[in-house]
Amino acid sequence: MTDAAIDIRAGSFRPGTSDAEIEAAAAKAAQHRRRTVIFWRFAILIAFLAAWEISGRKAWIDPFFYATPSAIAQRLYEWMTEGTSEGPLWYHLYVTMEEAVLGFVTGSVAGIVIGVALGRNRMASDIFSIYIKVINSIPRVVLAPIFIMILGLGLASKVALAFVMVFFVVFHNAFQGVREADRAMIANARILGASDWQLTRSVIVPSAMSWIFASLHVSFGFAIIGAIVGEFVGSRYGIGLLINIAKGSFDAAGMYAAIVIIMVVALGAEYLMTMVENRLAKWRPQPLHETQ
Amino acid sequence: MAQEKSAPAIELINVSRRFLSPTGKSLTAIRDFTMTVERGEFVAVVGPTGCGKSTTLNLVTGLATPSAGEVRIMGAPVKGIDPRIGFVFQSDALFPWRTVIENVMAGPLFRGRAKAEAMAAARDWLARVGLVRFEQHYPHQLSGGMRKRVALAQTFINGPEILLMDEPFSALDVQTRVLMHEELLRLWSEARASVVFVTHDLEEAIALADKVYVLTAGPATVKSVYTIDLPRPRVVADIRYEQSFIDYSRTIWADLKEEVETSYARAAA
Repeated sequence: MTDAAIDIRAGSFRPGTSDAEIEAAAAKAAQHRRRTVIFWRFAILIAFLAAWEISGRKAWIDPFFYATPSAIAQRLYEWMTEGTSEGPLWYHLYVTMEEAVLGFVTGSVAGIVIGVALGRNRMASDIFSIYIKVINSIPRVVLAPIFIMILGLGLASKVALAFVMVFFVVFHNAFQGVREADRAMIANARILGASDWQLTRSVIVPSAMSWIFASLHVSFGFAIIGAIVGEFVGSRYGIGLLINIAKGSFDAAGMYAAIVIIMVVALGAEYLMTMVENRLAKWRPQPLHETQ
Repeated sequence: MAQEKSAPAIELINVSRRFLSPTGKSLTAIRDFTMTVERGEFVAVVGPTGCGKSTTLNLVTGLATPSAGEVRIMGAPVKGIDPRIGFVFQSDALFPWRTVIENVMAGPLFRGRAKAEAMAAARDWLARVGLVRFEQHYPHQLSGGMRKRVALAQTFINGPEILLMDEPFSALDVQTRVLMHEELLRLWSEARASVVFVTHDLEEAIALADKVYVLTAGPATVKSVYTIDLPRPRVVADIRYEQSFIDYSRTIWADLKEEVETSYARAAA
């Protein structure tokens, strides 16, 4: 999308310019545009980090609270090479990811299945909609202490929290996607001979897929939130625990370092998800590049 | 059985269909509607917009049930969706996430035929509508006329004995539409299905059909029936300049015009 509109300025070509020349000019303009975008992205990042570092060193902001990029980088390096005070960093990361991924997978599978089922069954959706609204109105994080009380300090309580964070988002989108499925397309499938199950599997679910994917993008972030909030409230391992300990010892660099780790993981997951989506959605029209 | 063999393809006998509006009021879409379609006959239904033309088709498919009266297919009352029926929609009802060939294969696969067999049949039908080179394309990569040809192949592959068409070509430009008329008449003459073709375009109706039903402004009922005695095979591109075509056109339009005006006056009121 970043280079959807390429401006070749048709007016600047002399009469008699060949198509090859126009295409070459367009390709060059596109490349130039891409480079400019990348340059500014890096320039802004570097300027931000430099401003942070300098303000910290000059004591314009208190590095005790705000840390500095160099201190954060150093803390990350220590954690990676020597491990944290609570054991190796990789183990904490592994624990958090395990919780988030398990919660994400179970939450989205349950969300899709129940969303599609209620979307297809008007009676059931009328009956259950009130309960879903009620449960949905609870801010999910307040469930953390309850889950920890019931399920203990281990994996199960964080998975449960990540699950409820993910479930409702995916459920709503799957439900809506099913309701928005084109009526003519459904009638067409039924007349072509589709049974109820075939209709759900090969018409309803694929047509709800773009809705479902939109929710999966945000909900992996929610799964990480669930895992980390769970770890805040009570745990023996995890990135959330690291943040909690850093907070307890007024270690600002440690807190920011943990945030950076989460950022990297979330961006990686988002990237993977986009790749999967692009593979599955190759039937969708690609935006045409404007040539004038 | 013997009686079933000779029974007409479709019979609607004094059919009425009422809807409930969201406010709970009852609306009548069609009333005392009677129509008979013989086997292999091509019937066109014309009427003012919004008069309930499409409703008649839904009653035949079994997607809708009549509030009163009876709908019979091949002599037997309609119970659910009949596998002998094919339907071509006004809007694009192809599955956009499936390639052209997967779209055409959908019917046979839904009906439990083996994949290889379905694919061979789909290739055959794509050849008949001239889309062999496009079998791996997705619908959005095709023009409107090509998508309609895919829709025709998707419907004809099931070998329907009854073909229902709901303004199938209304979204196409005039040239493409004439080509699609030729295509449809060719496929129909090979398949010998009974056709009900709903349209608001009178010339289209006369060019294609054996019989033209003119409906009244809603609630729809049959106003008059015209038998179109033009020789077949017809060349749709040229037929409209023949004197007999123009005569039919003038006569039926005089009839249809009143209903169109009534419907327009009602909408304006």
